[in-house]
Amino acid sequence: MDLIVRDFPDLLRAMGVTLLLGVVSFVLGCILGALVGLARISRFRLLKGLAIAYVSVFRGTPLLIQIMLVYYGLPQLGILIEPIPSAILALTLYAAAYLSENFRAGIIAVDRGQWEAAHSMGMPYWRMLRRIVAPQAIRVALPPIGSRFIALMKDTSLASAVTVVELTRAAETIGSSTFRYMEAFLVAAAAYWLINTALSLGQGALERRLGRAYA
Amino acid sequence: MNTTDQPGTPGRTDSPIHISGLHKRFGALEVLKGVDLTVARGEVVVVMGPSGSGKTTLIRCMNLLEEPDAGTVAVCGCSVECGDRARRRERARQVREIRHRTAMVFQQFNLFPHLTALGNVAEGPLSVRRMPRADAEALARRLLDRVGLADKAAEYPARLSGGQKQRVAIARALAMEPEVVLFDEPTSALDPELHAEVLQVMRELARDGMTMVVVTHEVEFAREVSDRVVFMDGGVVLEEGPPREFLSRPAHPRAQAFLRLVAHDLPEQGADGDGPDKPTRWEQAS
Repeated sequence: MDLIVRDFPDLLRAMGVTLLLGVVSFVLGCILGALVGLARISRFRLLKGLAIAYVSVFRGTPLLIQIMLVYYGLPQLGILIEPIPSAILALTLYAAAYLSENFRAGIIAVDRGQWEAAHSMGMPYWRMLRRIVAPQAIRVALPPIGSRFIALMKDTSLASAVTVVELTRAAETIGSSTFRYMEAFLVAAAAYWLINTALSLGQGALERRLGRAYA
Repeated sequence: MNTTDQPGTPGRTDSPIHISGLHKRFGALEVLKGVDLTVARGEVVVVMGPSGSGKTTLIRCMNLLEEPDAGTVAVCGCSVECGDRARRRERARQVREIRHRTAMVFQQFNLFPHLTALGNVAEGPLSVRRMPRADAEALARRLLDRVGLADKAAEYPARLSGGQKQRVAIARALAMEPEVVLFDEPTSALDPELHAEVLQVMRELARDGMTMVVVTHEVEFAREVSDRVVFMDGGVVLEEGPPREFLSRPAHPRAQAFLRLVAHDLPEQGADGDGPDKPTRWEQAS
């Protein structure tokens, strides 16, 4: 118990880093993922091909390798990135690959008649996406996007491999200096669980809000 | 005849719709095999025909929701030469212009489920006509009132009956202040007892002088409201004429056969005491 008390500030800081990694790469991943998802359903062959290739590569290779490629690999090409930005970059690229598929599923779930109604008014494409398609697509895509956010929160632990002191790395450090691995990792696990419980509560509230019109 | 001019519509031409030599195929299936049709301002044209005759495709070509393979679609002064791949950009502008000047009412309503009835009607004025929100909502309220749904402004489509949904959809179409309203089987998805309220709104619209093209099997509506019935089969217009003539003495055998099917309950059965202004019977062959 005294371990937790003594190392509490470190753990709290590490939890902050975990949150930073998860939230920032989720937000960036959503933006990139939405664009990739749109490209994926585009009628321009080149865009569509690029999107398919992107998803194939970033979803088909381990996140740990992507993180290490960014942090250890890129310097060989003269590109040096700090540990935290490296981790965020890799997490973003990886999350976007999955999220793009969630967005795509949401968009294709929107009834064709909705597009036609908007088209028949002469609504411009981007306006139609924003006003008509997106609100309906998000509602369908929200559950898998929520799951992806939670998975991403846990995936941030891989940033420990590139010296980022987030929850997992902090627990490991505390464990190795005190030999109280059990306590250290259990506390870290509890912290992840707390974060993710908050996320799923938030998701539930958002789902109810978006579902109001359909009740 | 509905020849009263709609106030406020610019008199660009006397025939807002002029279609010629229209061809459309879906893969191996040729749906339109050279259709010509002209609709005069203020005219109400009913398009009838058996399922698969091409009538829905025809009306969807009028606002280019379907792109014809060949032919000319000229709507409200904007002309699109189809099958000409070269001038995409210019055509996209023409298409948008046509869609601004027409409005469509769909069989499945296609209301936006995430918006209230008011939001649905105000969306076009807001998003397309760039009206200030207060003006768009005031217009939407007036139109909802016109279709008899002023009290449903705050309801989401999920809470409305089919007939109410279709009336909201008509209000939404009118909010674009179109020169022409295209109706694609507006009552076909409704329970029989809900047809009347929708037809009543359409009848009032016709009386106000709106140019309308209506794909429907509603024989009674065609008889009372339309100026002309166009009968399609096999991708061509087989016959057209004033409703009373066409509906009582169709010339073409296939038109005769079709009318026997859709108008199976003729006047002697329709004694349900409605006034002459109300549709007394509806098409039940679905």
